[in-house]
Amino acid sequence: MADLLLNLWVEYLWPLLWIVILIVCIVLPLLIAVAYLTYAERKIIAAMQMRKGPNVVGPFGLLQPMADGLKLFLKETVLPSRANATVYFLAPMMTFFLALVGWAVIPFGEGIVLADINVGILYLFAISSLGVYGIIMSGWASNSKYAFLGGLRSAAQMVSYEVSIGFVLISVLLTVGSLNLSDVVMAQKSVWFFIPHLPMFVVFFISGLAETNRSPFDLPEAEAELVAGYNVEYSAMPFALFFLGEYANMILMSAMTVILFLGGWLPPMDIALFSWIPGPIWFIAKICFVLFFFLWVRATFPRFRYDQLMRLGWKVFLPLSLAWLVITASVLQFTGLVPK
Amino acid sequence: MSFINRTARAFFLVELLQGMACTLKYFFFRPAVTINYPFEKGPLSPRFRGEHALRRYPNGEERCISCKLCEAICPALAITIEGEVREDGSRRARRYDIDMTKCIYCGFCQEACPVDAIVEGPNFEYATETRAELMYNKAKLLANGERWETELAARIEADAPYR
Repeated sequence: MADLLLNLWVEYLWPLLWIVILIVCIVLPLLIAVAYLTYAERKIIAAMQMRKGPNVVGPFGLLQPMADGLKLFLKETVLPSRANATVYFLAPMMTFFLALVGWAVIPFGEGIVLADINVGILYLFAISSLGVYGIIMSGWASNSKYAFLGGLRSAAQMVSYEVSIGFVLISVLLTVGSLNLSDVVMAQKSVWFFIPHLPMFVVFFISGLAETNRSPFDLPEAEAELVAGYNVEYSAMPFALFFLGEYANMILMSAMTVILFLGGWLPPMDIALFSWIPGPIWFIAKICFVLFFFLWVRATFPRFRYDQLMRLGWKVFLPLSLAWLVITASVLQFTGLVPK
Repeated sequence: MSFINRTARAFFLVELLQGMACTLKYFFFRPAVTINYPFEKGPLSPRFRGEHALRRYPNGEERCISCKLCEAICPALAITIEGEVREDGSRRARRYDIDMTKCIYCGFCQEACPVDAIVEGPNFEYATETRAELMYNKAKLLANGERWETELAARIEADAPYR
């Protein structure tokens, strides 16, 4: 009996517990990062617009995200009378869940990864594609015209930009020869991919903005026409879940950019001073750098018109990424650099 | 040639990068212009038209002589005055009411006043919790006058050379 229990513990319970501990270790800092990303966004955009940003709650306003979270937590969850309750509440949960679940395959350092699977890129791509369901469901279940139009726009936008993101990913895959994210990072030991793939880096970053519904592609939540877009009927915690999901997606997209183009956890140069700093710190620093770009772009550009958005996606990025895919394949073939 | 130029500018995101350089410059080199409102306040002109006040002469006598010029000129019909002749034979207002919810702060009342009795002061922070509190009567207006007299006199003096 004791043997059986020990066996159960060693074989089953302890590994399960260990994975749960690891998940908490990833999700908890992520949620704190999301909270402080909202703070950073407000502060950075304020500085760029010659304002101060939040500075009242706590020193330098550092407790502002906590106050916002508490406020959302204490509000009433409103269910519109003609909404489909199940789908209505499922949608924010799904958005939030999908924003977190992508982190399973992100390598934070050499060997520091929850699930080191060999189809990491495909997994991430699939997860970010599924993200559109949460938005469509919320738009549909709210039974409101603004939410519905916002959901439709968002779906069309995400599907359009996923096409070019797909081709960018394939260009990178060809140069690496593996779908494993750790392999992608290790392949950038000599040169980070944003140098040979510079146009694709730009295309990927801009598509990432569109994919996460960030300004200047935040048409789904265009305040002027759609009030707030797909989340217009949501309040309190369901709204908070959408909000957290959007920002977690931003961080995930930055992490993908870092892994694919900016050398993941690798230091910029393999010299003593840089290589002393541990990999995860490099990784986080690079994510912060890309996130700063997200916020910087938001502070700079006005929103696109819907037809301009579609034109950019289908008539510019798609041919460009397709052409680059052919060029990459040809160069690799003719120089004999095809990875084995 | 201009086509090539334009296409190259679009392709290399020249305008977008210029815009981003501009915001980055603001991020690093421009201080915030925000005023920390309840603790800091912006400058006010001596002609600023805020909350009303009824002033007194230095000897304590009310200035208002109940001539009703302000009542007549008020375009929003916010002022109501009832006059009386006192025992010493001087005319004074028995009742002087301003409905602050009607007032449009045009300043005609202080322009019309021949004795500088009704003035609009520098105070703009007099929000109330109930509507009734905004129906000012003579006592309230005189109390305002006592509270703000130093500023009111300074403002009238500062503006006098331009009249």
